[in-house]
Amino acid sequence: MDSIQLLFDAPILSVQLLLDGLLIGAIFALAAYGMALVWGVMNLINIAQGEFVMLGGYVAFFLAQAGVHPLFGVPLAAVVLFVLGWMLYRAVIFRVVDKDLFISLLATFGLSILLQQLANEVFGADVRTAESGFGTLFLFDGMVTVAWIKVVAFVAALLAGGLLMLFLKKSRLGRAIRATAQNARAARIMGIDTNRVYAATYSLNAAICGAAGALVAMTWIIHPYLGLPYTARAFMIVVVAGLGNIAAVFTAALGLGAAENFAGFIMGAEYQAGFVFALLVVILIVRNAWLHRKRRYLQ
Amino acid sequence: MLNTGRNIIPVALMVIVLVLAAAGSAHAKVEGDTIVLGAAVSLTGKYSTNGKNTQDGYELAVKRIDEMGGIKVAGKAYKLKIIYYDDESTPAHGAQLAERLISQDKVKFMLGPYSSGLTKAIAPVTEKYKIPMVEGNGASLSLFNKGYKYLFATLSTTEYYLKEAVNLAALEAKKQGKKASQLKVALAFENDPFSQDVRAGVVEDAKRHGMKIVIDDKLPPELNDMAATLTKVKALKPDLFLVSGHAKGAALAVRQTSAMKIDVPMIATTHCDSAKIAETLGAAAEYFLCASQWDRSLNYKDKWFGTAEDYAQRFEKEFNYAPPYQAAESTAAVLVYVDALQRAGSFDTKKVRDAIAATDMQTFYGNIKFDVTGKNIAKPMVLYQIQKGEYKVVAPTQWASSTLIHPRPKWSER
Repeated sequence: MDSIQLLFDAPILSVQLLLDGLLIGAIFALAAYGMALVWGVMNLINIAQGEFVMLGGYVAFFLAQAGVHPLFGVPLAAVVLFVLGWMLYRAVIFRVVDKDLFISLLATFGLSILLQQLANEVFGADVRTAESGFGTLFLFDGMVTVAWIKVVAFVAALLAGGLLMLFLKKSRLGRAIRATAQNARAARIMGIDTNRVYAATYSLNAAICGAAGALVAMTWIIHPYLGLPYTARAFMIVVVAGLGNIAAVFTAALGLGAAENFAGFIMGAEYQAGFVFALLVVILIVRNAWLHRKRRYLQ
Repeated sequence: MLNTGRNIIPVALMVIVLVLAAAGSAHAKVEGDTIVLGAAVSLTGKYSTNGKNTQDGYELAVKRIDEMGGIKVAGKAYKLKIIYYDDESTPAHGAQLAERLISQDKVKFMLGPYSSGLTKAIAPVTEKYKIPMVEGNGASLSLFNKGYKYLFATLSTTEYYLKEAVNLAALEAKKQGKKASQLKVALAFENDPFSQDVRAGVVEDAKRHGMKIVIDDKLPPELNDMAATLTKVKALKPDLFLVSGHAKGAALAVRQTSAMKIDVPMIATTHCDSAKIAETLGAAAEYFLCASQWDRSLNYKDKWFGTAEDYAQRFEKEFNYAPPYQAAESTAAVLVYVDALQRAGSFDTKKVRDAIAATDMQTFYGNIKFDVTGKNIAKPMVLYQIQKGEYKVVAPTQWASSTLIHPRPKWSER
């Protein structure tokens, strides 16, 4: 446990780890908003979440190749992925949306493999990046270094969360989405075209993931097979935070990012993912026990 | 009755095919004045690019040997010919084709396929028939701990990929009046067989120099962020930082050391070429060390092609692209046969095998001398350093064309 000793000797390292963790957590938060939305409204767990992130990354990459600043890739990726999401809904998802959860799980798993292989075939297996050229932010006399683009990504994630919340509360479609989430049958009786709501929800999810992907391309790297970590993290965040609360999703995502970074530092990179899933199990057990107690109290 | 009648046609067809196949075995090891070699290479599928490099490398050697009047075996000059089959980049198919080359085409001398995976599938077949196979594209260490007697590789195996960086760091320490044992080493290697082979070689040499390994992280295969490992590097200030995690590991290491402004005197990685770090990551990739099998600027020489640069120019003229190392090591595999057949003075597979095992020569590709397991131990890996956006060979020092910039300038001074 030399690494723990190191943290005590140089507490500034904790700041570095915390910041890096929170900033990658913000990207996970974006993927998790979308997953929570689709899960909550459509009762569908979208395994292709990470592939939407990956495709969004390619939008930013090709924009940068064309000489446009990849930051414009964030809105563009959202638009492109919205359209793709709509098409996928019309082609595949609407067939499974009211089916058993297991069926939709399989269908989106299939989509995820299909998108990976198509990306591999069309874009090639090469590792790509899009350069933002924003440089590095130095804190504490250069003891802590953070890429500016990560800060941009954090702000973008916060903004996207806020906008999403506003959209769901205030806009007509947003209300329709919430109504459908509460009770799809009742919503249909009240004249809401739930099929349209589902299509919009699924496309919105793809759009948010696409925006996250553009940020990933500017901060880290992209390649056709990068999806899994994002899908897995989004799933875990949603399980912990629940489906109904965007602020909780954001907080859980930041917490996960930070916890993961500390785990990687202390136990080594090989236990980083393992730690995260062990944490998930612990959280579920604790939460279950807590809910149980509460229920008994209410009775 | 009707049934048997119907079956006669396919049976007759099969007999014809079998007879033809038997007739095909007129393709013996030697046809008149031509020595026939066989190879399964990946002309389609995921390895098709490198499969073509392999084939082009073989073909250039065949052409050059013909120009020079062929191979003299026991006083008579022979030409070379290679029978190719496309293994479609699948190991199972590669093994079938090796069977076919040996038992139907009666090939007595095999050349390797592309990739460790295909070589792993074919080696048991050549071993079973006691047919020598010289390969230039299977680098996995696991090929050479199975006790194969008929498998030889011209390239450096995986555990050598980053050893040169450790030795280079030790050399630089001595130049600065320090002891190699004072150096601190940080390792970040992906948790897969290839990268762990590379790591094993590095650890062996670091221990030999008495260096202290301060970080030893195993990166997950679905690696998407190296921040935790890099924070440790920042804190512990190693003198040498080694990374291997295929193309994504190389690209992430370059990107994130630059974004986090991590100062390490020497950083080396594998897969710079496939990640195209100098071409796409610009200033962030500057001063990185990259492992490679071969480079055209090395001053190795042989009687067939001349220098490495001569070879490269000849290759470009022939195929209209610069030779990657995959082609060079394939050409070298054919040269091993040429040299061994001449020394053996016979086409007896056992005698040729023993002659190959006794190979000790220099080629444009590097020195070749096999250890008992069949891997080439005479050719060191090459280390490039990225200087002003170009790959410059800086190690091994006696063959290098450029000098190492060491230590890497600090980010604050760039």
